[in-house]
Amino acid sequence: MGDHQTYEEQIKGVYFGLGLLAAVTLVEVAFSLFGKGHILGSLGLYEYPATVYAIGLILIGLSLYKAYFIIYDFMHLRYEVKGMAMSILLPTILLVWAVIAFFQEGTAWKANRERVQEFNERPAESSQSESTSEVLDLTAEPAE
Amino acid sequence: MTEEKTAELIEEQEGHELHQEDEWSGAKEPFKASYGKLMMWYFLVTDAFTFAGFLIAYGSLRFSSPTWPVPDFVFSTAPFGIHDMPLIFVTVMSFLLIISSVTMVRAVQEGHRENQRGVVFWMLLTIIGGASFLGCQAWEWNNLINTEKMTVSRNPFGTHTEDGVYLDLTGQISGADDDGFKAGQSYLLHQHHAPGEGHGGHGEGHEPSSEEVFLEGANETIFESGLAINDEGYLVNEGGQELATREIAGEQYYDFPGFMVDEQGFIQRKFVFSDSEDEEDRQYLGVQEFGPKAFGALFFWITGFHGFHVFSGVLFLTIIMINVAGGVYAARQNGYEMVEKIGLYWHFVDLVWVFVFLVFYLL
Repeated sequence: MGDHQTYEEQIKGVYFGLGLLAAVTLVEVAFSLFGKGHILGSLGLYEYPATVYAIGLILIGLSLYKAYFIIYDFMHLRYEVKGMAMSILLPTILLVWAVIAFFQEGTAWKANRERVQEFNERPAESSQSESTSEVLDLTAEPAE
Repeated sequence: MTEEKTAELIEEQEGHELHQEDEWSGAKEPFKASYGKLMMWYFLVTDAFTFAGFLIAYGSLRFSSPTWPVPDFVFSTAPFGIHDMPLIFVTVMSFLLIISSVTMVRAVQEGHRENQRGVVFWMLLTIIGGASFLGCQAWEWNNLINTEKMTVSRNPFGTHTEDGVYLDLTGQISGADDDGFKAGQSYLLHQHHAPGEGHGGHGEGHEPSSEEVFLEGANETIFESGLAINDEGYLVNEGGQELATREIAGEQYYDFPGFMVDEQGFIQRKFVFSDSEDEEDRQYLGVQEFGPKAFGALFFWITGFHGFHVFSGVLFLTIIMINVAGGVYAARQNGYEMVEKIGLYWHFVDLVWVFVFLVFYLL
């Protein structure tokens, strides 16, 4: 450990890492604010779903890069035996499926919630002539 | 001939046994890493799965919800009266963790050089960084709980689903310029307070926004109507006047022309949707609602669990730093391996923050 570089190189590497992580974090914050319209809000780019998705992907990509840098350089995984690195990294691939499956499930719940809401709001439309309490009246019985 | 062969065979066998002993007797380290370091790595793998489980739960609940509070709106305050500055404070917190990670790398490097003073110095800086992060988190939690009134089961950060205009105190469409709002815009529900007590959280001496003016007016209206806060923090009708009430989903609301107020004193403004050309739709009345309940529970649990990791990290760093100063690891002559192990843990805490920062604040 530590024999792969001279002491001076190591120290240089550390401050390079500090600069890199700080810069990436600042870029992330800038992108996040940009995506919500805080920067260049007048252009209204955040109103286009494609921009929002693209910025989301950029943020996720940059975060994964930060994670890679921390694991490989700060935690020295780069210099460990390859088998060890694989025994640590490969299991996390399972998480890819977990993300896909659970997010899909979440989207399905949302669709269900919307259906329930629509169903609940139906009698309010037919029975009440005054539309003022339509959104408020969540207690209405579902239509027979 | 035969004797020679037998001797050869014996030698071969012995050699084989010797070889086997080398490979399996424990004399050799698998993956050329010490037992302690390897097990620290595998502990971190399991911990990564725990955090991943929580963050994926956050993601799926967020996907399942029709609205979600905008992080830039929720996390826009900082100490010293700074407000309406999205993500500033949490960026500072991120930098604290990054810097303390870097000082930890320095401590490990000095350890390899068997430089006792260097290790103590850089570990001390790391501890200061970690403790500062915890201090910032304490401020953030205090602000969310005591100023903004968020709890694990109550989320006062709601989000509009359509464009609209707020009503004023008399129940008319407000003429104020900044009383219009867009779909996707978040708002904070404020709690009614006794006269003379401010809402807090806002810097003094600035021009009050139309929202603040409205809230002050609403507060007065509630006070004049005879409603008061009892010892349990509930809004009760002590004046005994006839007040218009409305029951929604089993909750009692006091109904005023421009807003409703629930029993916990949360003022929920009324508005009309404005995005439609149709005259009838323009009169369609809505009221500010609480945001998705899961938000508070997820926020406090996940950042709390991460904070607990930081706290235990600071604790162990302190113990190990004291041991370093006492010469415990110098005597072992193994390049301060213990410092390397706590270093792995500390970098992991930073690593988790990268993802907590991503899902709670950036996205």
